[in-house]
This record gives sequence, C-alpha cells and structure tokens, in this order.
Amino acid sequence: MAHFAKPEEGSWTEHYAHLGTGPVSYDDSIDPQWFEDEREAVFKRSWLNVGRVEQLPRTGSYFTKELDVARTSVILVKAADGEIRGFHNICRHRGNKLVWTDFPKEEDNGTCRQFACKYHGWRYDLEGSLTFVQQEEEFFDLDKADYGLVPVHVDTWEGFIFVNLADEPEQGLREFLGGMATGLDGYPFSEMTYRYEYKADVGANWKLFIDAFAEFYHAPILHMRQSVADEAQKLAGVGFEALHYEIFEPVAHSVVSSWGGMAPPSDPGMVKPIENVLRSGLFGPWDKPADIDLSNLPPGLNPANHRAWGTDSFQIYPNMVILIWEPGWYLTYHYWPTSVNSHRFEANLYFAEPKNLAERISQELAAVTFKEFSLQDGNTLEATQTMIESAVVREFPLCDQEILVRNLHHAVREDVNAYRAERDVAVTVGN
Amino acid sequence: MPIEPNVTSPSRSGTEERRVTDTLLPPEFADLEVWSDWILATEGERYAKRLGSTMSEMQAFYDAAFPRLEAIMDHARTVPLGGAPVGDADRNLAHLAFSLVTASFPVEAWKQPHVPDSGAADIPLVLEPGF
Repeated sequence: MAHFAKPEEGSWTEHYAHLGTGPVSYDDSIDPQWFEDEREAVFKRSWLNVGRVEQLPRTGSYFTKELDVARTSVILVKAADGEIRGFHNICRHRGNKLVWTDFPKEEDNGTCRQFACKYHGWRYDLEGSLTFVQQEEEFFDLDKADYGLVPVHVDTWEGFIFVNLADEPEQGLREFLGGMATGLDGYPFSEMTYRYEYKADVGANWKLFIDAFAEFYHAPILHMRQSVADEAQKLAGVGFEALHYEIFEPVAHSVVSSWGGMAPPSDPGMVKPIENVLRSGLFGPWDKPADIDLSNLPPGLNPANHRAWGTDSFQIYPNMVILIWEPGWYLTYHYWPTSVNSHRFEANLYFAEPKNLAERISQELAAVTFKEFSLQDGNTLEATQTMIESAVVREFPLCDQEILVRNLHHAVREDVNAYRAERDVAVTVGN
Repeated sequence: MPIEPNVTSPSRSGTEERRVTDTLLPPEFADLEVWSDWILATEGERYAKRLGSTMSEMQAFYDAAFPRLEAIMDHARTVPLGGAPVGDADRNLAHLAFSLVTASFPVEAWKQPHVPDSGAADIPLVLEPGF
C-alpha cells in the first residue's frame, strides 16, 4: 500500500512515459566503446561543476581540476578583474602541464600573481595572456598575442563553478540547469562553508554509483545495522517510498524528495546512544545553525510540502549530486570517470561554521556517519560491476522507487545515440 | 639573465599539519588521560587506530569515555571557535571525542572494527576543516 500519493498515472515511472517500465540493460556500464563515446557525447558537451567560489577567495587564487574523462586538466583562477576564468592546463610552448606541484596527476591549489611554466619559464597572467618568453629573440616571428592559454567556458550558479569544454556550448549554464536551478535559487549555500572533503577511487562505472545514491529502496536493507534493532526491523518492514520525484527539462536533471530525519527523535530509543548525547547523526546536527535563516526555503525544496520532509537529492546531469538536509546543511557528490569500470568519487560536506567546540564535535558524528554509510554503498558497487561484466544477465527490472536509475541511463543513452548519429552523418558526408 | 623560477611559480596553499604532543587534557578530564593514545589529530589516524584495535580494546575505551561525553560537551560549549586559537588541552579533548565517535560504530552498531562487507574499501577524508 502506498503511504504517499503518486501521480494520477498510478506511478512515478508512468508519469514520465518516455522512460518505459521494461527491464533495463547496463551494457552502457561495461562496454569500452560506449565509454569512449560518453567522453564526447556527455562530458565534452555538458556543464560540469568543478568547485565553489569559496575556493577562490581573492585575486590570484587558483585550483586545478583533473578531467581524465575529457583527457584534460583545467585551471580555475580569480583574475584581476574579479572574474573567474578557466584555462586548459597546458603551456603553449612545448605542451607541459602548466600548474602542478610534485606529482603531475595531483590537483593543485594556491595563490599566485601569474603562472610560470616549470619547463622553460614562459609566464602567463591571470587573464591567460602570455607575458614572458625566455630568450624571446631566439624565436622566429613569435607574437606573444598568439600564444595565450586556451580558455574554457566558465559560469557560476549559486556559487557553484561550472566549466564547459565545448567550443560553443549548446546552451548557457542557466538554460542547462533549467527548472532545477530556478527551484533552488536563494538557498543559503554561501553561508555553509565549513567543508569536509572525501575522495576515493571506486572500481565501478560512474553511473552505477550515481544509481546507488539515486534510490533509497536499498536503505532499509543495506544499512539495516546502522539503526538500533527495533527501528531497523520497522524500517525493513515498511520499506522505502519517496515523497516526490521530478525530472526536469531541457536536461534530465532530477530530484528525489524523502522523509526522515530525527531532530530530535520522538523516542530516544530510536537512535544510538552517541547520537542522543551529541544530538547528531546521519541527517546532521539536530540543532539548526543559529545564524542562518531557514524559515523561507526556496520552492524547489520539499516539493511535496510534506511535514515529514527530511532531505532532497538533486542529480545534476551528468555527474553531480546536491543533497540538502532539513536540519540545515548540504553535501555534494561528484563522479569523475577514469575508465569504463572505474571512477574517482568525491564527496563534500558543507556545514555552517561551528560557533563552539561542541558544535564541531556534533558535526564530526555526522561526517563519520556519512563515511560509514558510503563504505557500505561503495563496496556493494564493485560487487555489482564485476557481475554485470559477466554478462550472464543482460536485463534487469527496476521498481518505481528506482525511477531515477532509469532516468540517468536513458539520458546518457539519448546523448550517446544522438552523438553517434551525428558522427555517422559526418562520415557519410565526408565520403 | 636567468630568472628564478620559484619567484613566480604558483604557491601551494599548504594545509597546516597538526601534531599531538603530550599536552594534558583540561584538568577536569584528567581521568581520561590514560586513553591518550586515542588523542589523534587526523581522521586517517583515528580510522587506522580503530581498524588496528580489537573489539575488547575499543569496548574498554568506549566504556571509560562514553559516560564522560556529556561533560565533554558541556565543557566544549564554553570553548568558542572562530576567534582566538583553541588551546592544546581543549584541542586534545576534541580529538579524543572524535576518536570516541569513530569507535562508537564498532561498539554500538557493527560488533567488529570495520564496516561489514566493506573489505579493503576506504573513503579517505582529504580535507578536514580546522578549528
């Protein structure tokens, strides 16, 4: 029996009829050629979030981002005019990676007045212009104006910095984000800047980990032992139903809105002893940050307007999640593909600055709890990847609570198929 | 004239490394000093300590420290952040509390040091916010 209302079509999945209700293939997560085409069709055409404005606090602040999936590295920098600019991280002279320290594959950050190549000392200003060539008189008709850094498109939304690697993006960032962004405009992201960052290399296709966090059907089972025994039995018996799902346009970003959160719980016996003392847990510290006004949430949050609302998980196509928790904090996930069956997983937890040491200790419980859950999710995935690769089973059923799994694979399939069709036309014309 | 390459090279914004010394805990928590090997400044050290401990070792630490956690929180509420630096004793107390948080999962939930079915997986905390 449904505990929460579903659309009039009878299910969330049928409400989005283009998704169908049949079994789904995960060949898109094991086929190396498919992955090669995803690089072009998905990652070189989409806006990709690479960080937040707080990482670039002053003129000359910079960080680099490794984008293996697009076979490049980019530099993001706050230029002298206050604008955030992005460049491919390559020196125009001999192709050395321009910004790195000690290990070329490691991401870097810091503050500088200009960028100097380690190899022959060519220098570029913060706007990317070539300003100095070592022994310039030795070159032949070299005009420095022709050798600036190669720019990438950069734009921001609510403090999130996005890049687009296309020569000409198909749409601007705002249009790309569509109704997803409109519904979240004004959330106080900029007041939640106390950040915990996790990184891990995961032996599974990037989409499979997004799938794992895109449905909470798994939660009462996989995470059963994280709850006290009576509560775990109750949760498993009830199962999981979301309050609301939505798939946006023109790009298929999505949200799953869920109940939950116990801040504080009606019955202290529902939670573990340490949670009662620290007044914190998976849903974060129970006491909302005192200085942040959370009384008027933007309309995109708690879309079902339900009193038991606990969290909204926004999937921003292709590889980002913003998860906002009712008690007043948020986290992001990023899934950066490194091969058909591996990716770099990044998680960032953002809280209000703790006012005293007790608030910091409460946050620690939320952060550690997050890691315990993620370790369960992450290892399950590698078990999934290896068995999908066996190809013993090629089609898998999905329930209504897994609609966003269906949505992601559908959206990627659409993009790759469109790209392949364009490429085939180009080849035909070329012949 | 050769230029000095380091002059204009980007500088790394180093994350400052904190090391625990033998500094005492605040006086009212002197009873917890026998657990000073749990005063660990980084999440990586705390997690390694957990995985390297037996359940009876962790249970003993939990049984000693958990009953003091309310008092630790009462004290910690009087230590403001964001202004003057936190003193060593208070910092150590916080790191001890963080270790108790880490050890609470094996004790309260898993009945074993590592997360069930997590194998060799790890998700390291690469940026730990300072205080």
